[in-house]
Parts: sequence; structure tokens; C-alpha cells
Amino acid sequence: MLNISKIIKDFPILKRKIHGKRLIYLDNAATTQKPKQVIKALVDYYSKHNANIHRGIHTLAEEATKMHEEARGKIADFIHASTPREIIFVRNCTEAINLVVYSWGRKFLQRHDEVILSESEHHSNLVPWQFLVAELGIKLKFIPVTGKGLLDLNVYGKLLSKRTKMVSVVHISNVLGTVNPVEKIGEMAHKAGALFMIDAAQSLPRMPIDVTKINCDFLAASGHKMLGPTGIGFLYGKEKLLEAMPPFLGGGDMIREVYLDHSLWNGLPYKFEAGTPNIADAVAYGAAIDYLKNLGLSNIFLHEKKLTDYALKKLLAIPQVTVYGPKTAEKRTGVISFSVRDIHPHDVAQILDREGIAIRSGFHCAMPLHQKLKLPATCRASFYIYNTEEDIDQLMEGINKAIKMFKI
Amino acid sequence: MDNLYRENILDHYKNPRNFGKLKNPSASLKLYNSACGDEIEMQIKFQMTNDKLQIIKEIKFSGQGCAVSMASASMLTEKVKGLTFQKIQNLTTKDILKMLGVSLSPSRLKCAILPLEVLQKTAALAKEKENKV
Repeated sequence: MLNISKIIKDFPILKRKIHGKRLIYLDNAATTQKPKQVIKALVDYYSKHNANIHRGIHTLAEEATKMHEEARGKIADFIHASTPREIIFVRNCTEAINLVVYSWGRKFLQRHDEVILSESEHHSNLVPWQFLVAELGIKLKFIPVTGKGLLDLNVYGKLLSKRTKMVSVVHISNVLGTVNPVEKIGEMAHKAGALFMIDAAQSLPRMPIDVTKINCDFLAASGHKMLGPTGIGFLYGKEKLLEAMPPFLGGGDMIREVYLDHSLWNGLPYKFEAGTPNIADAVAYGAAIDYLKNLGLSNIFLHEKKLTDYALKKLLAIPQVTVYGPKTAEKRTGVISFSVRDIHPHDVAQILDREGIAIRSGFHCAMPLHQKLKLPATCRASFYIYNTEEDIDQLMEGINKAIKMFKI
Repeated sequence: MDNLYRENILDHYKNPRNFGKLKNPSASLKLYNSACGDEIEMQIKFQMTNDKLQIIKEIKFSGQGCAVSMASASMLTEKVKGLTFQKIQNLTTKDILKMLGVSLSPSRLKCAILPLEVLQKTAALAKEKENKV
């Protein structure tokens, strides 16, 4: 069980008033708020330890290097990677996927090879692969989403073939909150001889993840969706695969020896981290992971499940509201997309904002999924560790206010 | 904001004027706002003299969007009937805000301005055709 009132005290921003009302932040799938422990880690780093890393001999450089590498170690532990060398720091989940596309994809894919994605991908796990369609002539195939918002694994089985070289899917949909059965999807990919990548942007913040159990070859995640700062994320890759891949960006820190006509690459993970990295944000990301570990990921998962269940029941009881995806919390968590009859999501979001409630409206960077399920733009409420049933009651009041205002 | 959803905006949203399609428009154009999913199509028919555009004789719009964009489109179609090409091109964001009678945050301003953008581009298409004749 989470002690929510204690957690709320850790988040300075939750004291803010929006239009004179208490802030009710329900846009956590976009980014989460930051606890004072994470903010303090940033301030401490810049106040006491700031230096460039992997170079200087002086004390600050030694400290900064140690702190940066400790953060890497925390991430490796958090996802049960076999070594910190398997953790590559990047800006965000999008960059992690791009790294695989540009480095692995360009070296190992050729014309007519196939990559399988799903119809519920965020644009970040679709657009980079489209580059390779244009550049190399690979083919993209898509696991269909059923009317209930779940991936159709029967069709997936038929899509797999000798030509499949990579299967890359989202773990938790940022629109429907559905949890995809990644162990099963990965097992089927490996049987077909393909590699398997997970977009864990939405799952890593809210459920325990063990890359050895899931047996994924790559996993991409962002820090800012799990209490960490913006501008830091990571790519996990199995050591052997990362070893075989060429560098992504060239420059300082990623080389061992440099001559005018050629260079020798550094070892993992530095081979993929050209230039001065985002040291302070990596350190603060480590603090965010400490915070989450302390709460326990299983507790977070249960808390969100309870909130999702509560919110689904309340939303489904309003006749003017349509909820998308599964109607029970059994196969989904944390994220609910909905619409209010005859009120555009922008208008719903604006009326809620006036009540201090932050939700998202639009296509949520998943336009193909909206087209497939014939969804217009939708409203999205997403929860996290500091949200309560009272927040959801306020959301319902706001929705009812919008309904009254529009007289529907 | 209480001002934003005042009666006349909601009225135009629920009962849009000049909503639909024209039979033989001088030009038509559909634009999207991919961030929010709004889409607006405008069709205009100019009165012509010696193959030259005179004033807007008929105008229709269609599409879907929020109360702000739909009301803005609906009011705009009423406002521009009888205006010349040049007068349409001279319309600005200021004119739209005056027409709506509300103040808007930057993110909502985009919703309000989309209809004007579509209208001016549609009129420009008609102008291109005129020059080709």
C-alpha cells in the first residue's frame, strides 16, 4: 500500500493553485511531476559536484564520473540487466528507438526484410522505421488491434516468417492503457529468428520489469515519465547485440584512438554516447529510481489499478461519456481515453483546466490507432502515485459541468 | 473562459451557419490541424465579371473541431459574404478575435485562426485560376 498523503507532500508543484483551484494533475502519460528528492539531486549536483566526466583527474571530475556511472548502475539493477554496459544513456525513449533503427537497422537490414510493429504504436516506434522503408526497401507489417483495443496475436503468428528480422511493440498503450503480453510476443518473435524490442515508456514507470524474464533484446524508456527530469532516457540492449552494432553518433568519448583518417571505437556503453552527456539529469534520474524502488513497483501497479477501476466505473455511469478500450481494469492500467458526446476534447480540457484539472486532448501521438478504431480526437486522463479517488471525483464534477455548459 | 463559452459561440457551434457543400465552387480547400485533429473545408463562389473575381457570392464550410474553431468558421462565413478578394486577404487575427468577442490563450488561438487560414488559401486558389484564364 502506498501512503498517498505522504507522497503528495514530496511534490512541491502539487501545492500550486490553478485558476484558484487545487491542481489535479491527470496528464501523467505525457510527463509526471517531480518529487523534491529528484529536484534536490539536480541542485546538489550543480551546487557541489559539477564537472565534465571521463576526462579530468581532479576531484570534481572524479565525483561527477562516479555519480553518472552510479545512475547507470541503478537503471541496470532496476530492470535486471546483466551489466551496466547494457544501458546506453539517450535523451528519451524516441532517441533510444532511433538508435536501434539507425545503428542496428542500417547495418543488419536489407531490401525485403520485414519489421513487425503494432497498430497501437506511438509515432516514436513507427516513424523511424518508415525511414528504413524509404532508405533500404524493408517492409513494415502491423499486428492489428481488435475492436476491444487488444493486439490480435493470431494474426501476429501469421505475419511472422523467415523474412521477419525485428518485432518492436509498445508494452502499455499510451492511448488505451492496455498491457500487451510482451513475454508471449517476444517468444514468438525469437522462434521465428527475429529480434524483439519493447517501448517501455509507459510500463517502466508503473510495473516491475525484468528484461531477463521478458527476454527482450532491446528496451527503450524515458526518465521524465517516471519522476525523472526531461532530456534523459536509456536504451537497454543485450551486450552481444550492442557489441556488434556500429556507433550511432561520432565525436568525443565514443572513441578509443583517433587518427586523421580513422578511429577505433570505445567499448560499451560509451561507444554510443558521443560528446558530453546529460550528466546532471542522469544523476537525478538515479534519484527518481531510488524513489520508485522505495515505494515498490508492485504497490504502484496496484494503486493505479484501483484508481483505473474506480475511474472506469464513474465514467461509464455518465451516459454522455464514451470510454475507449477495455471496460474493466483487468487488462489495462493508468490511462483512460474517453470522449463526451458533442463536446470537442479541446473544449472539455479547457473547461476542466478552469477547475484546476490537467488532462490531455488530441491524438496522443498515435494517429494510426485513432484512425483504426475510428476515434476522433479524445480526452485522456492518466494517473500516477500522487493521484487519489478524490481527484477522480473532481474530474467527474468537471465533466458534468461541461455537460451542463453545453446543454447536452 | 466563462466568457469563452458564452451563448453566441455555443449557438454557432451547435447550429453552424453556411455548413455544407457548394455545387460549383470557384475553389475549395481542406486543411487539418494535426495537433488537435480539427479539419475544416471551405468552398467559395466568387461573382465574376469578365473572368475577374468580384465579391464572394456564396460560401460553405464543413468539417469538425472544437467549439472555438467551428464557431469561428461559422461566423467568418457570415462576415465575408460580399467581400472582395483583397478585403479577405487583409483580414487578420485581430479581426477574428473581434468577431468572436473573446480573448484566447495561445493554444486556443490556433483553433480560432484555422478557418481564416483556410478561407484565405481557398481564395488564393480561386485567384490562381483567374490568372490562368
